[in-house]
Amino acid sequence: MRTPEELQKGAVEILESLPENLSVKDRAAIPNQEMPSQDPADRIHNMFEVALGYTEEEALVEANRCLNCKNQPCVQGCPVGINIPAFICEIQNKNYGDALSIIQESSLLPAVCGRVCPQEKQCQKFCTVGKMNKDVEKAVAIGRLERFVADKAGKDAPLPEVKEASGKKVAIVGSGPASIACAADVRREGHEVVMFEALHKMGGVLSYGIPEFRLPKKLVDSEFEKLKAMGIKMETNVPVGRTRTIDALMKEDGFDAVFVGSGAGLPKFMNIPGENLLSVFSANEYLTRSNLMKAYDEKHAKTPFFHAEKVAVLGGGNVAMDAARTALRLGAKKVDIIYRRTMDEITARKEEVHHAMEEGVNFRLLSQPVEILGDENDFVKGLKIRKCELGEPDESGRRRPVEIPGSDFIEEYDTVIVSIGNASNPLIKKTTPAIETNKRGNFIVDEETCKTSMEGVYAGGDIVLGAATVILAMGQGRKAAKAINEYLKTK
Amino acid sequence: MFRIVKKVQFSPEVFSMTIEAPMIAKERKAGQFVIIQKGGDFNERIPLTIADADEKQGTITIVFQAVGEGTHILARLEEGDFIENVLGPLGSPTHIENFGKVVCVGGGIGVAPLYPIAKALKEAGNDVRVIIGARNKSLIIEEDMMRAIDPELIVVTDDGSYGRKALVTEPLGELLEKGADQVVAIGPAPMMKFCVKTAEKTNTPCIVSLNTIMIDGTGMCGGCRVLVGGETKFVCVDGPEFDGHLVDWDNMMKRQRTYKSQETEAHHRCHVDMQIEEGLA
Repeated sequence: MRTPEELQKGAVEILESLPENLSVKDRAAIPNQEMPSQDPADRIHNMFEVALGYTEEEALVEANRCLNCKNQPCVQGCPVGINIPAFICEIQNKNYGDALSIIQESSLLPAVCGRVCPQEKQCQKFCTVGKMNKDVEKAVAIGRLERFVADKAGKDAPLPEVKEASGKKVAIVGSGPASIACAADVRREGHEVVMFEALHKMGGVLSYGIPEFRLPKKLVDSEFEKLKAMGIKMETNVPVGRTRTIDALMKEDGFDAVFVGSGAGLPKFMNIPGENLLSVFSANEYLTRSNLMKAYDEKHAKTPFFHAEKVAVLGGGNVAMDAARTALRLGAKKVDIIYRRTMDEITARKEEVHHAMEEGVNFRLLSQPVEILGDENDFVKGLKIRKCELGEPDESGRRRPVEIPGSDFIEEYDTVIVSIGNASNPLIKKTTPAIETNKRGNFIVDEETCKTSMEGVYAGGDIVLGAATVILAMGQGRKAAKAINEYLKTK
Repeated sequence: MFRIVKKVQFSPEVFSMTIEAPMIAKERKAGQFVIIQKGGDFNERIPLTIADADEKQGTITIVFQAVGEGTHILARLEEGDFIENVLGPLGSPTHIENFGKVVCVGGGIGVAPLYPIAKALKEAGNDVRVIIGARNKSLIIEEDMMRAIDPELIVVTDDGSYGRKALVTEPLGELLEKGADQVVAIGPAPMMKFCVKTAEKTNTPCIVSLNTIMIDGTGMCGGCRVLVGGETKFVCVDGPEFDGHLVDWDNMMKRQRTYKSQETEAHHRCHVDMQIEEGLA
């Protein structure tokens, strides 16, 4: 790994050597720019952001790798269809404000998405430069450039224009990515918008779920400052479904439409023996303690945190990586990811897997936890693991892990963090029978409009998708906003 | 912001606070709880059962014992002070119907959440008997309020400093011998466990209200999970009330102690802080 100084020096040298008019061949010859990061030995002792972001020179070099393809394959890979070549072109011309405006036509949270989108499965997967190099990691680093633009030009960006007051009122339930996107787009049309958040802090998964070292909370706070400046009202401590029902919001409080972005709910457990031992946590609990309640700051935080030394994290998604890396930062000596498939099937964002490895997280692959073992005080003392091999592909297209009989072994741990996903949030379903849900409890919506079975009620994000990404949630929020704006014209 | 309109100190460590929270006062039903957080980035979220509410005044009342750092911080607030975050009403309301004869048993500060349930049961036409108990006289709360529901209220203390010297299970057993259709027991986990054991003898159904570790209280963190009838349940959304006969008490009581070592240290620190403050005053 090269230091940030070395990377910067390299970028300056390349930039100086570039000819004035670049041919496709010239562009293709420019080496991809690594993301400068904190040294792993340092960063496992702090909560600061790991990826430091491109310098201007690094961004310029990386932007010049873009071939500006006519057929724009990268755009097809973007869930919200950002005009990627156009914004990269503006970086090449050093018009960072214009680059940001182009992104903002399609995405409201570039500073967030640039950091947390799984670009290697989206835009960068289709990048011609990556294909030429036969390596998706050598694609143009679109995500890093998006982040650069947002960080560089975000502060001076003008607020979106808000039309004259329409006299219509819209309630937004939840304050995660889907809700943020929907709130902003509905507000632009001049409707009164009130966001209702159950927790004491706005942001949903951006606040309680994604750790500081991956998404600094000051970025999340500044997004809400902008929404406030647009005139969006925010009410914390209001779990819709309990303090107010959707019916009450519409019939008594005068809301003309409601968007539900209440997110994921009850954590799933594996239903193996020992799961209710004392040092078994859901990743939700572990991360909420650290992120929302700031338990990592032991001097100040009042919320206790379990001092784990040997940690097994069950699962292979982004949340599993976040939990594993949080445990390391909070003093764990050994952290293992226990995953029943292989590295090829792991669903976490590539960069997070790399970072986790650099930091010393071990990956126990093709490993199925079968029992959690407890000591005399009912704390975890170990995990019984069964080896697996890959069989035929399942409905998700990934090869199904098959357990190998007689391969069980026991590994010593004092803490187990279960990170295998969430069921849907039950609060609204329980009190709003008019909204149809599927057997998993997710809201059923129209694909184009995100409209639910209840008149005037729309939904998006994890409450519909189960477990999805920030950008998909945001995309649904925008779709719903468009439909709500249309719907309100008829009211 | 939620203003504290009334504060009553029941005993050195037990407090009652009435807080302006009109939306919660309007929606809450017996058996539900709130989560309180005294602002800022670092304060704990504390689940507390709603002990009473006044819809007209727009207030709710909570009763708590200063046991942890968070409750000590709450205890130092005065009338007119504000609490930044009060979330609720959470949990499923108590199932109220006319069971016939109901025995309500409250232990320690468990008497406070029991009160609205006993009241609602009485209003639903039940013949309600109430037993309240505590370690000693100073920890007996809401005696008059409970006597208004049951004129023959039974008061017991562990040390005999007030009322009858007994554990609540003694008079409970006696009342059940005479016949009852339903028991509601709220208090410390061991007390509820033994109330359930007592009710088992006469095959009387027993509802309990669990107070587990909790962060968000809305069904997200899973910290509050308990085994009920062999199935994992979440106290914040499936409870807080369960059929006491189905609860895995040993596991539940052990899980409550997950952070015991850190909490004991914090509790000690609170007292040191308070003494310092009192010394200066």
